[in-house]
Amino acid sequence: MSAVIDDDHSHGDDHAHGPAKGLMRWVLTTNHKDIGTMYLWFSFIMFLLGGSFAMVIRAELFQPGLQIVEPAFFNQMTTMHGLIMVFGAVMPAFVGLANWMIPLMIGAPDMALPRMNNFSFWLLPAAFLLLVSTLFSPGGGPNFGWTFYAPLSTTYAPASVTFFIFAIHLMGISSIMGAINVIATILNLRAPGMTLMKMPLFVWTWLITAFLLIAVMPVLAGVVTMMLMDIHFGTSFFSAAGGGDPVLFQHVFWFFGHPEVYIMILPAFGAVSSIIPAFSRKPLFGYTSMVYATGAIAFLSFIVWAHHMFVVGIPVVGELFFMYATMLIAVPTGVKVFNWVSTMWEGALTFETPMLFAIAFVILFTIGGFSGLMLAIAPADFQYHDTYFVVAHFHYVLVPGAIFGIFASAYYWLPKWTGHMYDETLGKLHFWLSFVGMNLAFFPMHFVGLAGMPRRIPDYNLQFADFNMVSSIGAFMFGATQIFFLFIVIKTIRGGVPAPAKPWDGAEGLEWSVPSPAPYHTFQTPPEVK
Amino acid sequence: MNGLPLKRLVRRLLLLTVVMFAFGFALVPIYDVMCRAFGINGKTGGQYEGSQVSDPTRTVRVQFMSTNASDMVWDFYSTADQIEVNPGAVNQMVFVAHNPTDKPMSAQAIPSITPAEAAAYFHKTECFCFTQQVLQPGERIEMPVRFIVDRDLPGSVRHLTLAYTLFDITARHPPVAQVATEGVQRAR
Ligand code: HEM
Ligand SMILES: [Cu+2]
Repeated sequence: MSAVIDDDHSHGDDHAHGPAKGLMRWVLTTNHKDIGTMYLWFSFIMFLLGGSFAMVIRAELFQPGLQIVEPAFFNQMTTMHGLIMVFGAVMPAFVGLANWMIPLMIGAPDMALPRMNNFSFWLLPAAFLLLVSTLFSPGGGPNFGWTFYAPLSTTYAPASVTFFIFAIHLMGISSIMGAINVIATILNLRAPGMTLMKMPLFVWTWLITAFLLIAVMPVLAGVVTMMLMDIHFGTSFFSAAGGGDPVLFQHVFWFFGHPEVYIMILPAFGAVSSIIPAFSRKPLFGYTSMVYATGAIAFLSFIVWAHHMFVVGIPVVGELFFMYATMLIAVPTGVKVFNWVSTMWEGALTFETPMLFAIAFVILFTIGGFSGLMLAIAPADFQYHDTYFVVAHFHYVLVPGAIFGIFASAYYWLPKWTGHMYDETLGKLHFWLSFVGMNLAFFPMHFVGLAGMPRRIPDYNLQFADFNMVSSIGAFMFGATQIFFLFIVIKTIRGGVPAPAKPWDGAEGLEWSVPSPAPYHTFQTPPEVK
Repeated sequence: MNGLPLKRLVRRLLLLTVVMFAFGFALVPIYDVMCRAFGINGKTGGQYEGSQVSDPTRTVRVQFMSTNASDMVWDFYSTADQIEVNPGAVNQMVFVAHNPTDKPMSAQAIPSITPAEAAAYFHKTECFCFTQQVLQPGERIEMPVRFIVDRDLPGSVRHLTLAYTLFDITARHPPVAQVATEGVQRAR
């Protein structure tokens, strides 16, 4: 603890009154707010890039037949869209929120490891430059899906796969360092009196997420390392000819992959658990059960991975085990939904933009949970697997789940970050356009999926034409709306009604005790927590 | 204020990272053991050393399949499509492989049993899949597999399939190197 404070002082003196000037401020910064800001902007750029790839996909699928892009390029688009959204948009957005808010929420002066914080951010632009540059290489970029199943990603991969592997390694190192930093901050830098069970849920969910990251990112690094060895060093981890097994790839990948989907949702759970009480003007219902439910979800997420592999030929007992274990996750998830609804129950609700996104989060995420339950029924999954129904499921949990959670957080804390209120009318417009666009885009996918339309294919049967056109229109609407969000954020940064320290009358937490915009250095002396 | 000093905490978290990286690799042998134990994927074991007494009261139909992996050009087939066997008895089936190209090539056959839960009850006492095959241009060989269906095979299984997939591994194991040691190979 004392080491940290010394560290902070030793290089904090020269700019104790504010940030350094110019570009080097951003390159060399160790300030949690600067780094949080950079993470958030990086994530938004990746969101637009991954989103533009999705627009290519939806343009091709606007009508049946092959019109706009070559199938080979279509495959690169689906792959890159998934990789960029997961590793470039959603994960860095949450790390950005963690950087900004965790120190403010627990009364810490900064993150525990400020220099490592800088390094873990700057690895990301390098990783994604590497990844995106493969699109311009001979043979094209990764085309094997974001799940990169062997042997598609080994024996049959384009030459650029080696760069893909290296990019994943860099992202993994960045995430692990970020997670270590979060854990160290939460465990070591809490203000006196801030006991674990007084921490806001965002801090709790991030603590658990960080442990999930440390547990599974190394396994992801391991699986890409095995690919690298198969491709270049003649091993046969995933090659049947040499005694390996491609199904092994799927087991190792999903051992990472399922906890990964919770890494993308738990911090959103936490943020929403602050926002709903604020606009219901009631304390969160069932705080303790929320903490335990999060822990239970994290634990269960390690024993359900094979629900992604029901059709590879696992024994019946295995199918049953993974089916019931998966369904069990619905219990703690249901506890959370119940608590959010109970928090709103008989509250004095107002519907500012963060609350709109939070309420949509609860409703639409629940729809995604239900389609997840349908997919968890092993015999039914034989029909649904690899169809658009799965695409509908995970977009319902990720777009109104993770992404709406991030939007809600952004509007909720923008006054603290910028010192200005965002324009409420524009915010609401952003919400409604996103809400309608997103449902138009993804709801019809349930229907075409149940009717058997396969995913990741650039062409489809005529019978699916109408629903696909609706999906594409919704997707274009959702996509364009996010440019509008960019406009709203820039407008808020540049001006607007000055925000008071606590712009939301029902909000709770230490972050509202510092002025808006939050000064460059906060909580140099720890606050007193009663 | 609380808990471990920062350095010690970070060291522990780094250790956890390393352990989980190693765990990823440990999943490889764990998977193999699980597959053997539960017959996942129809994986069969290595050479069977035991012997059993034939059970004449029961017959099981064994079907044979031979498939070429992509890019493999050999002719590869079994000399019969199926046979009826008694559990416990030693049976033999001969497979034929022919290299129609004008280059020496090496190949590896990978077996699998369907239904997968029968895999643990299917014992090979001799199999061409235990070694690699090297065929000269135009060469044709007969390759036996000898096997025992275990007497403990669950009663619900009356019919099982032994499928081989033949992989071209010429690039990985160049046949030229093996031609020099061919005498040894054949003698084995
Ligand atoms: C009640 C909770 C949930 C259940 C029961 C559930 C169940 C499932 C099942 C069974 C599949 C495999 C479908 C198939 O491939 O045939 C699946 C796929 C998927 N789920 Fe969920 N899920 C749940 C929540 C979530 C959450 C919270 C997220 C992310 C935030 C998520 C993200 C995904 C993704 C990304 C895939 C597809 C992966 C791919 O193949 O590309 N799920 N889910
Ligand atoms: Cu899953």
